[in-house]
Amino acid sequence: MELVNIFIRSIFIDNMIFAYFLGMCSYLAVSKTVKTSAGMGAAVIFVLSITVPINYLLNEYVLKPGALSWLNPAYGVGSKDEIDLSFLSFIMFIAVIASMVQLVEMVVEKFAPALYNALGIFLPLIAVNCAILGGSLFMQQKDFSNIAESFSFGLGSGIGWFLAIVAIAAIREKITYSNVPEPLKGLGITFIITGLMAIGFMSFSGITL
Amino acid sequence: MAEEKEPLFSKKNRALLSDPLNDNNPITVQVLGICSALAITVQLKPAVVMAIAVLFVVCASNVTVSLLRNLIPSRIRIIVQLLIVASLVIIVDQVLKAYAYDVSKELSVFVGLIITNCIVMGRLEAFALGNGPWRAFLDGIGNAAGYGFILILVAFFRELLGSGKLFGEEVLGHKGKHMPIDAVGLDEAAAQLLDMSTGLYALGYQNNGFMLLSPMALITVGIIIWAQRYKNRKLIEK
Repeated sequence: MELVNIFIRSIFIDNMIFAYFLGMCSYLAVSKTVKTSAGMGAAVIFVLSITVPINYLLNEYVLKPGALSWLNPAYGVGSKDEIDLSFLSFIMFIAVIASMVQLVEMVVEKFAPALYNALGIFLPLIAVNCAILGGSLFMQQKDFSNIAESFSFGLGSGIGWFLAIVAIAAIREKITYSNVPEPLKGLGITFIITGLMAIGFMSFSGITL
Repeated sequence: MAEEKEPLFSKKNRALLSDPLNDNNPITVQVLGICSALAITVQLKPAVVMAIAVLFVVCASNVTVSLLRNLIPSRIRIIVQLLIVASLVIIVDQVLKAYAYDVSKELSVFVGLIITNCIVMGRLEAFALGNGPWRAFLDGIGNAAGYGFILILVAFFRELLGSGKLFGEEVLGHKGKHMPIDAVGLDEAAAQLLDMSTGLYALGYQNNGFMLLSPMALITVGIIIWAQRYKNRKLIEK
């Protein structure tokens, strides 16, 4: 039940775009047509649901205060030689993300050429997408109790991002036929629409499962 | 080298500083760095701290990458750049935790997200890889200032309209429980005891709590873009 709760929360309530503005750069840059934005969204779901659990393990067994106690009980929390490597988490997380993106790109190219053709050009962009690093940092903050919860969080966040970018792309395709004031065309109106969509998503807040 | 004969602040170099403030603003024109920009604009203080942090990271990483630009193999340059930026952000994070703990708590994950702030990577890719350290430094200052300017502008409106404060000071008067009309004929000490409204609030003004919620950050930026393009018509998208 907890898994479903985390999953639904991360899609609708803690939506990456509407609640935290993460991944806005690619959200604004790639959302001109529904087709490309669906490709980008799928790539984000894919990478988030891989990197969040991996970074969860890294955090749990290497970075957290006292996490190295599996090496020697003397490194555990509260003991004299307690080791706290959490200041390294930024550099470790981003290294994992960048290398995972490279690895995923190679594996997908080898074993699923059709998927590679669909996601191909978006994968390199993803290493610097704030939503991916944000997913890992929120995971660290939320202190999940097992790896399944972190996977469900990663998957849900990815799906939330996918929904947001596909929705805005569909609106932007339609809005090219509307008579928007000249200075507001393009970027300005996209911001305001995103704001209105965020108000809509706020109606989900308060839901608990 | 011709570049070294140029005066330090030649016209071209000055343009590096001034362009990002308006014509080539990283947020409203290049659409970079919005990711971490909007969530921390509820109040002015974190916005100012964030702007300074980004200024430091952009300048330092621009100079570092520009010094190393002939040594970095181009195939792995993204990872090298990410590691340089991540190390600088760790410095910022540790300094904030040591000297401004409450602000660092407020910024939470958004300090870490400077790493993937598109301004940093964008400037490294577009400028630092092809220019000398001094020009890269100026470019860094210019872009971080353009970013900070929008950040502070958004935070100013959101904090003023949302909670009637600037930097946590009540600038529109104190909002108390009672309107002054209830308390005709009381002396000042009694008025304070009753917690009465002063300033604009005494006239019936109310804070717009909606400004504090995330959708209004997006709409505020949208309106700033609208105002800027209305003034500066060559930026209008066709």
